[in-house]
Amino acid sequence: MDHSGTTPIDPRVLEAMMPFLTEKFANPSSIYTEGREVRAALDTARLQTAKAIGAAPEEITFTSGGTESDNLGIKGIALGRKEKGGHIITTTIEHHAVTHTVDYLGENGFDVSFLPVNKYGQVELETLEKEIRDNTILISLAYGNNEIGTIQDMKDIVKLAHEKNALVHTDAVQAVAKIPIDVKDLGVDLLSLSGHKIYGPKGIGALYARKGLKLAPVQHGGGHEKNLRSGTENVAGLIGLGKAMEIGKAGLTTEIPRVKAMRDRLIKGMLAELDDSYLNGHPEKRLPHNAHFRFSYIEGEALLLNLDMMGIIASTGSACSSKSLKASHVLLAIGLTPEQAHGSLRLTLGKGNTDEDVDTVLEAVPKVVKKLRAMSPLGHGGGK
Amino acid sequence: MYSEKVMDHFMNPRNVGEMKDADGVGEVGNPTCGDLMKIFIKVENGIITDIKFQTFGCGAAIATSSMITELAMGKTLDEALALTRDDVAEELDGLPPIKMHCSNLSADALRAAIKDYQNKHLNYRP
Ligand SMILES: Cc1ncc(COP(=O)(O)O)c(C=O)c1O
Ligand code: FES
Repeated sequence: MDHSGTTPIDPRVLEAMMPFLTEKFANPSSIYTEGREVRAALDTARLQTAKAIGAAPEEITFTSGGTESDNLGIKGIALGRKEKGGHIITTTIEHHAVTHTVDYLGENGFDVSFLPVNKYGQVELETLEKEIRDNTILISLAYGNNEIGTIQDMKDIVKLAHEKNALVHTDAVQAVAKIPIDVKDLGVDLLSLSGHKIYGPKGIGALYARKGLKLAPVQHGGGHEKNLRSGTENVAGLIGLGKAMEIGKAGLTTEIPRVKAMRDRLIKGMLAELDDSYLNGHPEKRLPHNAHFRFSYIEGEALLLNLDMMGIIASTGSACSSKSLKASHVLLAIGLTPEQAHGSLRLTLGKGNTDEDVDTVLEAVPKVVKKLRAMSPLGHGGGK
Repeated sequence: MYSEKVMDHFMNPRNVGEMKDADGVGEVGNPTCGDLMKIFIKVENGIITDIKFQTFGCGAAIATSSMITELAMGKTLDEALALTRDDVAEELDGLPPIKMHCSNLSADALRAAIKDYQNKHLNYRP
């Protein structure tokens, strides 16, 4: 249950990719027949990707994934302006692909602000309004948070930003194919997405940039992707992405309701079974596949290792399981103490899961939590 | 990333629990990541005759607690005081470098428990 970490490639996606990994290897920039054939397939993939989010094909730039899309979207806008400098706003709960990009611009002449969020992980409009300045050029915030699953009130945020002449970039890596997305309806100016979170291949993604926006390239070279992203295209990858986007969009009315029902049962069952257990993130405004818990008195790495022994994969925001030995910045930002963040568990459901898996997890997690609590000096050996 | 021995001590920790009538109790926190470890000892004639632990921490923290209780059991206080984090890590067939600080915790908690015992029994002078 770690589908927010990554997903396997859908067999239909693989099937669409296979010819481009084997016989159809021509360079899409070549003008002979074989090249033109690959170029046509690439155009189809761009159209599929665009259609799935309500964009026009020329508004889609293929990249190497969510990270590059975030970099290109944010740096592209910041460096593409004639005037030097400016103010960029992001939040304290973003993926590192965004926070580190904004930090970098902060070290290179831009003013940057990291907005606090409320206890559900939502940006409050009043907070945002106060932070927007005359020279604010860009606001970047994820549509759905990758850890706690909180969904932002994007339309209201965009409306406010546009009133103040600021652009909005959203990292929708976790939201695409989970909730309906129409870029025109949302009004966002830039949107990042990634293949491997939606049953597509790894190392491929796309950036939507509204027509008319001026972006500077991050990667210079032979002028591919309208000079925004040079380098011979990852043909098989982007064919896979196009297919995955198409399947993902269709799944919003079939697969996603199934996943959400399982997720809802998981949350309800877990909170009923264990005392001192809490749901992190927003109770309703959350990605349909995300369940994020906090169990008092125990530590997440120990929980994960036990679950792994039982064949269940999950993730945690505990300091002990991170390379930096710091608790997740997202969990700290929603007001948890490092001790509280210790006992966090993220379960993200997807195509690989069945109702039986939910039953298994609902039995396994309480068992392990109780075992670890019985060992914990913070108490709670008895009880539920 | 963990050795088989670490996993064994983690999944089946030895000497877990609280000791109500302990002769010495040591409690230390981990400044690196905020974990907590508690060790209880029973002492007879200068020898650790029973030992228990409670740990709020990662897999390595639990495994090192378990291991240090095994190492300390039956040892004289001086022998037990000489145990270091390296002894614990070695007995566990090594720990990932990033997890060495967890074994600090176990050695420190044991030392704290022995000091607590010694403070309560002032006639003992090392
Ligand atoms: C919200 C978010 N943004 C960006 C990324 C990075 O995407 P990629 O792995 O395709 O670079 C991820 C994936 O972990 C993510 O969850
Ligand atoms: S106790 Fe936190 S890393 Fe081991």
